[in-house]
Amino acid sequence: MNVRVQTEAFDFGLEANNFATAQTDMGAIVTFLGIVRNLEETNLSYMDIEHYPGMTEKAIYKITDEAANRWSLGDILVIHRYGRLSTDDLIMMVATASKHRKDAFEAAEFLMDYLKSRAPFWKKEATDQSQDWVVSKVEDEAALKKW
Amino acid sequence: MIDVLYFAWVRERIGKTKETVETEAETVAGLVKELSERGQRYALAFSDLGSLRVAVDQELLDFDASLKGAREVAFFPPMTGG
Repeated sequence: MNVRVQTEAFDFGLEANNFATAQTDMGAIVTFLGIVRNLEETNLSYMDIEHYPGMTEKAIYKITDEAANRWSLGDILVIHRYGRLSTDDLIMMVATASKHRKDAFEAAEFLMDYLKSRAPFWKKEATDQSQDWVVSKVEDEAALKKW
Repeated sequence: MIDVLYFAWVRERIGKTKETVETEAETVAGLVKELSERGQRYALAFSDLGSLRVAVDQELLDFDASLKGAREVAFFPPMTGG
């Protein structure tokens, strides 16, 4: 299991390839990539992501441990950036490896649902007009219930 | 002595990232009550606990959690990672 919380950009293709080729005896790799998207009504100038140094990695490892208990996984990779990002920048990625696809898919979705509302990150979106903290969605919290 | 940390809009509203607090409070809720009495910025930040989350020693807990032996308490809005 590998968790990285960083300001630096990452190369999704390289990370996905390194993750896949490091596995032995795993038939399925699932990856998720999160990207900064532009806002629908105004142009996003930038996004600031704040986190809780000290707690963040611990909280993510707790989530990856839970995933490893629930599904048969060969490995998990989580990379999450913080700091200032712009439209089209990569925010985060998750990769799961399993012998068969079902475990890899389900674990990746579980990880994403939990990272969204249980890892201590806060996003703030800045436009020409304003800077607003992203508000968590009711459905994000509700998504945890299915697990 | 407990280190109290604030993140995101809680940090902005209170105007501090961190402070050390002398407290006799037994629970997080008791600490919130003490902090709320420190002035308008605090009162405003803690006016709606439903919109806040708390971590005690970097573990997400409820507002009725005990502060026994706690060294660090952090207040922040619901997380928006991913």
